[in-house]
Amino acid sequence: MGEFNQAFIFGCSAIGAGLAVIAGIGPGVGQGIAAGYGASAVGRNPGAKGDIMSTMLLGQAVAETTGLYGLLVAMLLLFVKPFT
Amino acid sequence: MLQGILLTADQAGGNVDFMIHGIFSYQLFGQQVWITTSHVCLLIVILVLTIFFIVGGQVFKHASEIPGAFQNVLELIVEFLDGIVDKTMGKKGLGFRNYIGTLFIFILFSNLSGLFGLRPPTADYGVTLPLGVTTFFLIHINEFRFNSVLDVWKDKCSPLPAWLPLWLPINLIGDFAVPISLSLRLFANVLSGTVMMALVYGLLSKIAYGWPAVLHAYFDIFSGAIQTYVFCMLTMTYISNAIGDKE
Repeated sequence: MGEFNQAFIFGCSAIGAGLAVIAGIGPGVGQGIAAGYGASAVGRNPGAKGDIMSTMLLGQAVAETTGLYGLLVAMLLLFVKPFT
Repeated sequence: MLQGILLTADQAGGNVDFMIHGIFSYQLFGQQVWITTSHVCLLIVILVLTIFFIVGGQVFKHASEIPGAFQNVLELIVEFLDGIVDKTMGKKGLGFRNYIGTLFIFILFSNLSGLFGLRPPTADYGVTLPLGVTTFFLIHINEFRFNSVLDVWKDKCSPLPAWLPLWLPINLIGDFAVPISLSLRLFANVLSGTVMMALVYGLLSKIAYGWPAVLHAYFDIFSGAIQTYVFCMLTMTYISNAIGDKE
């Protein structure tokens, strides 16, 4: 990276990290939808609350993964600094 | 040295520190290998668990018909762990109860160690990746143990017929993504909590009295317990899918 100086690369990394955590929108929407359907399922069948809760949490945790990948990319850009 | 082990040790300085620090390095086969603060935290967690269960084993040697308080707690833990394995895997899970139970307790205590000021060992990718790789090998060893090679081949070509292995590379990529996604999920969840707590203690150290307990309750207890549950559930689901329906 001869042409650019250090500060320019840090700044671009920070902007990239900010853009990367936009990935959090998707899991937010997805988990909200899952929680909404979970609530309606409990309303329809309150007896199965335990099963619904565990299934919902499992699905939400899997859906959360994509957002966490965005977070990891941001972390790598900010703290590991791969481009310097 | 204390700096990396205790997350809040540098509270007065006001700088944010959640990194892993090296304690000392040595040469192994020409490579420089570091003993880091993660190892120390891991050792502390393992020591606590070992002492707890040695005492537990002693209690169970003189188990009484009417359980005392400690025996009651131990029975509760074992029954809960056996219960979730039984609920998810059914009859197939009999042989996996010990592994899943160990995994559950280890990950749970690692995540909860953030509550006692340690940097959680699971916030180090070197700790979670082996757990994911163990799951990967368990899945595929059991796949070949309970199914014939032909069945495995058919399953790997699954949406298309077995003589047309066009879908094989995609299925293989899916298989290799399992340990990576499992370990990254646990790692990133715990790391995000760790970073958040380090930010609170580092930047707001002047007013960080009392109220961070709420954040600890969310990041360490709630999130940690959920991620532990999810890791074990997914491990069990993958293994029981790999075994298939054959008895």
